[in-house]
Amino acid sequence: MRHVTSIRVGPIGFRVGSDFAAPIAALRELYADYPTPEIAHFTIRLPATAPWRRLVRPAVRIEGDYMLPETAPLPLAHGLLAAEMAMNLQVALGHRRHLLLHASCVERDGCALLMTGESGSGKSTLATLLGTRGWRFMGDEFVLIDPENGAAHAFPRAISLKNQAIGVIERACPDARFGPLLLGTPKGDIRHLVPPADAIARMDEPAHPALLLFPTFGLAREVRSVGAAEAFVRLTQASTNYTALGERGFRALTRLVDQVPARAIDYPDSEAAIEQVEELWRGL
Amino acid sequence: MARAVNSARLLARLLAEPARATELDAAAWNAVICVARAEQLVGTLALRLDHAAVPPVVSEILRDARQDATEQRRAALWEAEMMRRVLAPLNIPLVLLKGTAFVAGGLLAGQGRHIGDLDLLVRRDDLSTVEQALLSAGWDWAKPDAYDDDYYRRWMHELPPLLHRDRDRMIDVHHTILPPTSRPTPDADALIAGAVPLANGLSILAPADMVIHAALHLFADGDLAGGLRNLWDIDRLLREFTDEDGDFWLKLHARAAEHQAVPFVARAVRLAARLFDTPVPPAWRRVRLGDHLYERRLLSRDAWGRETHPATRLAFYVRSHWIRMPPLLLARHLLIKARRRADAARMR
Repeated sequence: MRHVTSIRVGPIGFRVGSDFAAPIAALRELYADYPTPEIAHFTIRLPATAPWRRLVRPAVRIEGDYMLPETAPLPLAHGLLAAEMAMNLQVALGHRRHLLLHASCVERDGCALLMTGESGSGKSTLATLLGTRGWRFMGDEFVLIDPENGAAHAFPRAISLKNQAIGVIERACPDARFGPLLLGTPKGDIRHLVPPADAIARMDEPAHPALLLFPTFGLAREVRSVGAAEAFVRLTQASTNYTALGERGFRALTRLVDQVPARAIDYPDSEAAIEQVEELWRGL
Repeated sequence: MARAVNSARLLARLLAEPARATELDAAAWNAVICVARAEQLVGTLALRLDHAAVPPVVSEILRDARQDATEQRRAALWEAEMMRRVLAPLNIPLVLLKGTAFVAGGLLAGQGRHIGDLDLLVRRDDLSTVEQALLSAGWDWAKPDAYDDDYYRRWMHELPPLLHRDRDRMIDVHHTILPPTSRPTPDADALIAGAVPLANGLSILAPADMVIHAALHLFADGDLAGGLRNLWDIDRLLREFTDEDGDFWLKLHARAAEHQAVPFVARAVRLAARLFDTPVPPAWRRVRLGDHLYERRLLSRDAWGRETHPATRLAFYVRSHWIRMPPLLLARHLLIKARRRADAARMR
């Protein structure tokens, strides 16, 4: 491919190639502080949808070692989103060293707080905000659970902020490094944010899961205990490789829900959520 | 190994001579892993290579691939067992084919092999009984479309694919190993009569028939997509069967003649020897016109896993239809498919 870069995020290396210079240049800038692996775990391709589409209404296809046939191409202007989706796809469909949970994660004193929920639950925003208030940001998309010892490994890719979260975080972190604002993508407006320096510098440090949180945004303050069985079922749905891991996946997940307390919280705004998190954390 | 080498050829070399893993640089590893995934050979590669002799990242990738292969093997055998429990009461011959047969028979070809669908061979007379039994035990049609359904039933060697509604696994029920419209007509009765029973009551094809099926599947049915994996199967089968049976080459030739498959088997043997160094007697080795074209098609992937040689691919795609259907049927089929594509485009 004509334009190439490679990026390592946590324990996973990517090789990204494109017919276009722009997405590769944008990735290089966003991931300037990350290591560049010589050998990648996954290959990603962002080719033009057709030879003439390099020039006329340029659009990129999302391809790689692992692909979904129904993934629609994106206009070149949304190339960073195409790269993000391709990275997620490789991890979701191809990664087997860890049990993958679709969750955000922050760490304090070697202990990890895992937050999982539907898109719009605010898990990205909460992890980002906690990352500026004494917690280490470990990831906003995947947390990787080691099947051997239960440790949580970080995957601190560039944070993908959507819609209202963009304004919230721009106001909360005025000095942070942002990518370009991508307007009107299939997932709404998107802006990428480079995680705090310590998140990248310490991305190879695992942490012990200490609390599982299922946040719901937009309701009055409420905390509810979640039993191991419910947590287990919810997390099987939040895992992209639980089935593929077979018995290893089952053992990793049952250990997690047996050993780690789980709570569901409803919250009206992020300040309230952060108070709730700190309160729960003190009570552990 | 030099960088300029075609990435798919590099993969083939590495499968044949795993000790050469120490010669690869980082760029070559990126290419080999990528092509191996694209050709569904990464599990096989993981079982061939010594994980201690490769860079740490490669060993992580191979460990994942090996675990994946173990899970696929488990799932394939379980699916075969689920099918067996439904069909065993019918008391009819049930012959496993392809990947599931390789792992069920404990063959070398099954080591690390990617296994997708469950392929089963039954007598043509038993087809509708089997179909009814599967439909009443949780399987549904995967492609509920009148033309496709009719096409399968009239012109294909298998039922339309059935999908299990809970396990989401596909089963292809064959009554022979090539479409009845194909030029060669293998003897399906002989395949079933000669099948080798396993301990659980299911059977697998006899050694020579297994090689013949693999060769026909590769060269007489389809456009050679994923063909490198199928050729690797053939290399493994030949090595294992010739080791066990000193007369295997003679038996293979005689049996191939019975199935009208001699040129296809001969081509498979020559290409396996060319790409994977399969030990082959001199009489089987003589190069034929066209071998290099097949080789080019089998190796048409670049270092980024992309398909290359579009003209060669197209030629083999056209050929795949030509050998499967008589001209008039082909014309009708292409017309219906084109009309349907146009309709679909209008709907969008």
